[in-house]
Amino acid sequence: MNGPRFGQHNFRATVASVRKIRQERAAAAIFGLMSALMIVPLVLIVGYLIVQAAPLLTFDFLVESPRRGMRAGGIWPALLGTVYLVLISLAVATPIGVLAAVYLNEYAGENWLTRMVNLSVVNLAGVPSIVHALFGLGAFVLFAGLGRSILAASLTLAIMTLPVIVASTKEALSAVPRSFREACWNVGATRWQTIWHVVLPNSFSGILTGVILQVSRAAGETAPIMFTGAVFYKAIASGDPFAYGLLDQCMALSMHLFTVSTQVPDVPDALPYATAVVLLGTVLSVNALSIILRTWLRSRKRW
Amino acid sequence: MRRSTLAVFLESVIEWGIRLCGLSAIVFVFGIFFFVFREGAGFLFGGFKPLEFFGSIEWYPTSQSRVRYGALALIAGTASVTALAMVIAVPFGLGAAIFVSEFCPPRLRETLKITIELLAAIPSVVWGFIGLTVMNELIIDVFQAPIGLTVLNGGIILALMSVPIIVSIGEDALKAVPDSYREAALALGATRWQTVHRVLLPGARNGLLAAVLLGIGRAVGETMAVLMATGHAVQIPTSPLDSVRTLTATIAAELGEASVHSDHYQVLFIIGIVLFVITFAINLVADFVVRGIRRSS
Repeated sequence: MNGPRFGQHNFRATVASVRKIRQERAAAAIFGLMSALMIVPLVLIVGYLIVQAAPLLTFDFLVESPRRGMRAGGIWPALLGTVYLVLISLAVATPIGVLAAVYLNEYAGENWLTRMVNLSVVNLAGVPSIVHALFGLGAFVLFAGLGRSILAASLTLAIMTLPVIVASTKEALSAVPRSFREACWNVGATRWQTIWHVVLPNSFSGILTGVILQVSRAAGETAPIMFTGAVFYKAIASGDPFAYGLLDQCMALSMHLFTVSTQVPDVPDALPYATAVVLLGTVLSVNALSIILRTWLRSRKRW
Repeated sequence: MRRSTLAVFLESVIEWGIRLCGLSAIVFVFGIFFFVFREGAGFLFGGFKPLEFFGSIEWYPTSQSRVRYGALALIAGTASVTALAMVIAVPFGLGAAIFVSEFCPPRLRETLKITIELLAAIPSVVWGFIGLTVMNELIIDVFQAPIGLTVLNGGIILALMSVPIIVSIGEDALKAVPDSYREAALALGATRWQTVHRVLLPGARNGLLAAVLLGIGRAVGETMAVLMATGHAVQIPTSPLDSVRTLTATIAAELGEASVHSDHYQVLFIIGIVLFVITFAINLVADFVVRGIRRSS
């Protein structure tokens, strides 16, 4: 192709186009700056927390019990309590959430009922965490008679985090192409057989992403467990992983951070920082795991 | 080949299970309202004075001489912190949404979106702790204020907490504007800024409004962060450097001390009902607004 070439030299910028280019650059810079301004403080704050916490961040801190009225020692009972709460709430929320998403994506028609369900899921996610706490207190602790216990707190967390699982499972299910289902129906499979043998296996990792996200959400919540099962202090054996029973009260990492930073006087400076770093580190690394899984899934998607 | 009766039976059981789980979300939302209402109902229909509750700033739930439940200062606390948070979060959130959706190179976009997702994942108690320590000292230093646990502190923390939701929903809204609109603007010689300003913002108006509404919902309902960062003074704030107490923080701070089924305990549940109704209304409106775009496009 040896036609005339239109390089930059053939044009001379007019006043208007120079202004346009300036305007363009200014807009990009301003909006870019706005994005940066949200992220820079995040990095600074996380860095500051880690520096403040550094002297206490050892393995012993994780597996020791608090000593001297929570002014020394580690966070083992809180860490273990959080693990219990998360696992039990996961066990309750996952089946209900996944099946609810199956209903919404595979069974529900375009009608008012579906709309109601969708609206409820959105609202469930929008209800303030402290109202979830009131609900947990009224329904599980008092009405169901569970008392303030790990079980009551976990159930409250499960209902609160249900929307996370429903939303991501729905997304995973709807990513399975319709032709897969049609192929399966055409060889005579029923609706449920199709879901069980084709839809769920093909969306498994997507569902897993949502489940991991639920873990991170449940681990960080404080308000819903405050009045339903978490306590300021509970003595258990250091390093014993089976120290709690289902109907025991427990400590939790998030609650422990609240306690040592506001309720206990004369706590050494590094202690609340170290607790915060452990909590933040847990939540962010679980979240990062979910993001990595999702990115990996997208990269190897075959359809 | 015929399937066994058992298989057919089991399948119908499973399908009913799925329907049941599908409807569970509705049950839970009604359950939340029912149980919170049930705990507060006794006082709501006997002894509760709506005029005092919504019109008086005298919150003395444990007074020896005369108990008063005036929640106006708490409502003002929630309103002031939320308003300040939105003044900060809305421009920044929408600006970031515009940057991510229109100006950003693809690689940077992925990084930004992941960072925003991580920002959203930070637990509220950690935000509260940041307010209590870092922000507190910062505000005392910068403004020479006697105390840093103020409306300003809570507002900035809440802004950082609601920005992710505004960015992600705002970006979805901008993406929902058809590419043909952008191409048409480009063909007319518009710069990207002109396209954003004249084409995308009007086109995505409803979605952006929904993003802001959900941000407000998040800010109103936030508990731990405001409990720790706003300083616990029941008063109507006159400046951003005043301490306040919000509705959510009041429940969190006092429920542990109120004996079960006492008037004080029931009033806290009534505050819960108020919060539930506010966030429910916000979510409902946001849903209608979003549905509005879908129908028109």
